[in-house]
Formats: sequence, C-alpha cells, structure tokens
Amino acid sequence: MSDRLTRFFASRWGIILAGAIIGVLAPLLQKLGNPPNMGICVACFERDIAGALGLHRAAAVQYIRPEVIGFVLGAMIAAYAFREFRARAGSAPIVRFVLGMFAMIGALAFLGCPWRATLRLAGGDLNAILGLAGLAVGIAIGVQFLKAGYNLGRAQKTHAAVGWIMPLIMVGLLLLLLFAPSFSKDGPIFFSQSGPGSLHAPLLISLAAGLLIGFLAQRTRFCTMGAIRDVILMRDFHLITGLLTLLVVAFVMNLILGQVRFGLAGQPVAHSSHLWNFLGMTLSGLAFALAGGCPGRQLFLSGEGDGDAAVFVLGMIAGAGIAHNFALAGSPDSVVEGVVKVGGLTPFGMGAVIIGLVACLAIGLTMRERTV
Amino acid sequence: MKTVDARGLSCPEPVILARKAIEAGQFPIEVLVDAVTARENVRRMAEISGCTVAVEQAGDEFRLVLAK
Repeated sequence: MSDRLTRFFASRWGIILAGAIIGVLAPLLQKLGNPPNMGICVACFERDIAGALGLHRAAAVQYIRPEVIGFVLGAMIAAYAFREFRARAGSAPIVRFVLGMFAMIGALAFLGCPWRATLRLAGGDLNAILGLAGLAVGIAIGVQFLKAGYNLGRAQKTHAAVGWIMPLIMVGLLLLLLFAPSFSKDGPIFFSQSGPGSLHAPLLISLAAGLLIGFLAQRTRFCTMGAIRDVILMRDFHLITGLLTLLVVAFVMNLILGQVRFGLAGQPVAHSSHLWNFLGMTLSGLAFALAGGCPGRQLFLSGEGDGDAAVFVLGMIAGAGIAHNFALAGSPDSVVEGVVKVGGLTPFGMGAVIIGLVACLAIGLTMRERTV
Repeated sequence: MKTVDARGLSCPEPVILARKAIEAGQFPIEVLVDAVTARENVRRMAEISGCTVAVEQAGDEFRLVLAK
C-alpha cells in the first residue's frame, strides 16, 4: 500500500494533483483573508515571521504565518509516515545561509518568491512575467554551473535530533502565535495592524492548508525551481507539469472568486519597475538553483531531516531582516491623488541585487568538487 | 562495472552524474544513492534514456543497476 502510494505520488498524476491542490488552496486562502495575489508566498511569509519576531521593524509586514509552520510539519509527518525521515547535514552550511539571504533579497526586490510570481500571474499581474523570466534566466545560469561540476559537497548522515531542530523551531513559532506573549513594552511579538501583515486567513485554516501542502509536496517533491531547472538541464517536464497545473487551476479559481485583474501598474503588493522585477528574480533563481530548491522545497526538505535546507531557511529569514532594515526591499506602486506612482527599489536595493548576483556567480564559479 | 557514488549528494547531482555515465556508454552502471528522491529521479532519467533499472535496498541506501 505504502509502495503503491509512493509510486502514485512520484507519477505524473501525483505532481498534477499537488499542483492542483495548491492552485485551489492559494486563491481560497486569499479569499479567506490572506493578502491579494499572496494566498501563498514562501518568501513574503518568512519575511512576515522575521517581522513578527522583531528582526525587522517594517510595521506593515509582521505576522507569524501558519502556512510556513504547516509546510515544515506536514513534510515531517509525510516523511515519517513513509519512512523517509533522514537526518543529514554538513554540505557547506555557511554557503547555504548566504544563498538563502541573497535569495530573499532578490525575492523582496520583486516582491514575491516563485510561488507568488505564479500566483500573481494567475491573478492577472503581468509584472509576474518579468519576474518569471528573470527566474528562468537565473536558473539557466545555475544549470551552467551544475553542468560544469558545481556542487556544495556531500551531506553526512547525522543524529535524528539534528533533523528535529527546524520542526521544533516551527512548533515554537506556533506557540508564540497562539499565545502572542509580549516580551517588553513596544516589543515583540509584533502583529501588523495595517498592510499585508494584517491580512490573514483564520489561523487553523492556514495551518491546515500548510500541513496538507507540506504533506503532498514532500511526497511529490514539488519544487518551482526544480520545475524550470529540469526542463533546461534535461528536457524533463515532470515537475513543470505540476507548476503549470498550479498556474492554470489558480487562474480558474481566481476567475470564479472574482480575483483577476489584468494589468501592469498599480497591481496589489507589486511594483512595475520592470528591470528590477527581472533582476531581483534572476538573483533569486540563481540562488535557489545553487542551493538545490525553491523556498518551498527548502521548507519541505527541512521537515524531512535536511539540516542544510534548514540553514538556507534561516538565511532567508535573516535576509528578510536585512532587506527591510537596510531599505533593500521593493516598494509597491502606490496611487497618489488618483495617479499611479511606480514603486521599485532604492539605490541601496539595486546595489544589493548586484552584489547578490556577483556573490552567487562567485559561489558558482569557485565551488566545484570532484565527486566521481 | 562502473560505479557512480552519489551518496550524500543532493538533487540534481545524482542525476547529472548518472547521466554522464550513461552518455559514456559503459554498461552496466551501478549508482549508489541514499535518498528516495535521488532513487526516483535517477530511475526516471534512466528509463527516459532507454535503460532498464534494477533497484536493491541496503539499509538506508539504494543500489541501482542501469543496463541497456
């Protein structure tokens, strides 16, 4: 039974099922309260968690997102249920931290990870096309490094407790969310009173959706970066079938729910500064490709015992703190007296994206190890 | 038998190494992996490449033998 299920989840229908369920749930989460075109955004949600903990003080984006907690714990349940939980670590963790940091800086320049880029497109935000194009270019650069022998070295098997650390951190976050303690006057835990951080679906629904997606994604290896990488690297269309299913199903759901509005300027929590939408996601795509997974996949891996993926996640959360503290994150388009004012990056943000690209290229060029 | 030791490597590296071995054309090829994901990915790639794949499990590790 377990073997047959494993084979189903690994099949084309398995990945289509995962994409379809995410495509149904994300627009529903938006309908139930999550921010517009942000039913699920791994980068944004980790950024919100960083804000809730006070790692940055951007008052509009602070909330402990139950979806992220569910992703990790759902993947852990699936890994244990199918005897796939394997604690491992030790494949260049510091590099993975830095890749996570720059992946987040790139994602926040665009205002979304690959998951949200897909959902933005499914909501009619055409800026997402620039983002997805940048993502594909970044991944294509990463593929060239992979072909040239780039890798971060072997992970080692380790104590099961190592693999438990990220899930336990998530349990801790869940407790902080449930009890919302105040640690000092004007101190954390912070919860946004306005802006995207204040918009959220009911806690238990978000958590349940996260758990279900975490479970399915662990079984099917759903990965938005891997989808594009496998097409470029070896014309393997398995994972991208899931991503395209997500896009189509989310678009249909958005049509049904009245959540589609086509356009470029003035899209919700988005800017139409095309070059930086493109370059931000190029940086993210390259960092994800070098780290071996999109931000969602890194959460799922960290739930099944991968300590290196967990370090990448922590890098992303630290990166969110850096991005907002140093004014690197993109500002959305705004409407001032009826006129759309194009948002985008500060000069600091532009510099950070360039530095990130240089750093990732250096990582790709210098980290090769003979493995045969 | 040519051996590709991909234990401890994360995807897509096991697949890249196995594919290089397939392209080199010396069959049979033994591929060692230690994750179910790597096992499934190598198997899918090898089958698409027209190989037959036999899998053995030893503890947490898998030994795939690719033949053509």
